[in-house]
Amino acid sequence: MFRNQYDTDVTTWSPAGRLHQVEYAMEAVKQGSAAIGLRSKTHVILASVNKATSELSSYQRKLFKVDDHIGIAMAGLTADGRVLSRYMRSECINHKFIYESPLPVGRLVVQVADKAQVCTQRSWKRPYGVGLLVGGLDETGPHLYQNCPSGNYYEYQAFAIGSRSQAAKTYLERKFETFMTCSRDELIRHALFAVKESLQDEELSITNCSVAVLGIGEPFNILDLKSLQGFIDSLEEKKEAEVETVVADSEQAGADAEAPVAEDQGDGPAPMET
Amino acid sequence: MAMFMQQQTDDSSFKKNMLFRGQQDQSSALPSVGFVPAKSPTTHTQYPYVTGSSVLGIKYKDGVLIAADCGGSYGSTLRYKSVERLKAVGKSTVIGASGEISDFQQIMRYLDELTLKDKMWDDGNTLGPKEVHNYLCRVMYNHRNKFDPLWNTLILGGVKNGVKYLGMVSMIGVHFEENHVASGFGNHLARPIFRDEWKEDLSLEEGILLLEKCFRVLLYRDRSAVNKLQVANITAEGITISKPYALRTEWEYKAFQNPTQGVEGSW
Repeated sequence: MFRNQYDTDVTTWSPAGRLHQVEYAMEAVKQGSAAIGLRSKTHVILASVNKATSELSSYQRKLFKVDDHIGIAMAGLTADGRVLSRYMRSECINHKFIYESPLPVGRLVVQVADKAQVCTQRSWKRPYGVGLLVGGLDETGPHLYQNCPSGNYYEYQAFAIGSRSQAAKTYLERKFETFMTCSRDELIRHALFAVKESLQDEELSITNCSVAVLGIGEPFNILDLKSLQGFIDSLEEKKEAEVETVVADSEQAGADAEAPVAEDQGDGPAPMET
Repeated sequence: MAMFMQQQTDDSSFKKNMLFRGQQDQSSALPSVGFVPAKSPTTHTQYPYVTGSSVLGIKYKDGVLIAADCGGSYGSTLRYKSVERLKAVGKSTVIGASGEISDFQQIMRYLDELTLKDKMWDDGNTLGPKEVHNYLCRVMYNHRNKFDPLWNTLILGGVKNGVKYLGMVSMIGVHFEENHVASGFGNHLARPIFRDEWKEDLSLEEGILLLEKCFRVLLYRDRSAVNKLQVANITAEGITISKPYALRTEWEYKAFQNPTQGVEGSW
């Protein structure tokens, strides 16, 4: 009945100053299963929740190697994500050809963001329907970035995107202050805990998650099933030991952290921010 | 709108006519050999005009030293005497150029643009000597593939993250890293001395003395060398390029009076 008049093409503003098509693209990211990223002083971990569309099919891969020093995790339209990953791969290899050194992560992220932005300002294009978590290592250490269909990008200590990512974010927000000094294995376990949070009444197993690691002295690699199983097993042991401490922690942290969060919500998030 | 469309079609048919006429004209104007020659290749700057002579570079204990004189020869005439052939690129690299001076100026334009863009990112990542070296290899090799080489041999040195780097690129894209390098006549007159006397832990003073020793040889034996040289010192602390200065030389040796005396075929 009251159809939105301002959402039929990307470049049309609504009187409220919003670009509805762009916001819909941001919404597409939230439809996809979750992707999670976090980093320490030495490593970046990317993890994803894998959902098979049917009992008979395999899942869609969501972690991609861009170069030895850069990897991505995606949520949303993976088809769009693969286009971006191909672009990122070619940018990396061109940089390596010219300078014989790896492309700084932040610069690649800016290039991808610029590419996404163009799609929000051309009438004959559509925004990418994918959110990317870009993990990478350069001269200034490990980095984690998020790329949006809107052309925005942010740097994070830890972040999650996709469906039910809020639960993972809550876990990460509670713990991120300890991440910087974490070892590689601890960081992987944190990633798996975060993945677990965003699983919908399912048990964490090697069939519904993937984890990728990269860091100083360790080129990007996706954990094989055997070592992933090892980490999942170690999670169970750790959980039993930690249960009491986590509960105590969360009550404390919850009291401290919730006040500012509530304040933010009062203003309402800007339409295009996540 | 209709008017506009009309105009557009008119315009394109006009262009088509022009193209058609152009083709006709071309075929009638050219001899009927059956092919249209490609745009002829660049023929200027295919040979060097004003050239600089040798550049020498060595690693030493705390960094890298590069030395060059300030001469610019127009053919065999020592035409210019204060050409600066050592330039800093960014915060950690120096290049020294021998060969065509104008081509070097062009290379410096490329590099200044490159370092400016790099600086504008302002993200803590910088181009070090290795990156600049590889970039120059690509530039030189690309130009030679277009049969329009940049007529230079470049010596490049720097220090980044405590790692010393010294290398060279030639006009056809040959490139390597070494503990000591030289271009032009230096390859024949200075490298043998480096091979005998260079060592890993040379002090700054010893390094400069070694370079000056080699330059003195070049002054005596290479007619295009000029007694006015600069030395660049690159360490972890930064880059210093000295003011031009002259070396003490002694021309009164007996052997210099008539150097070809007694040589077979001389008079």
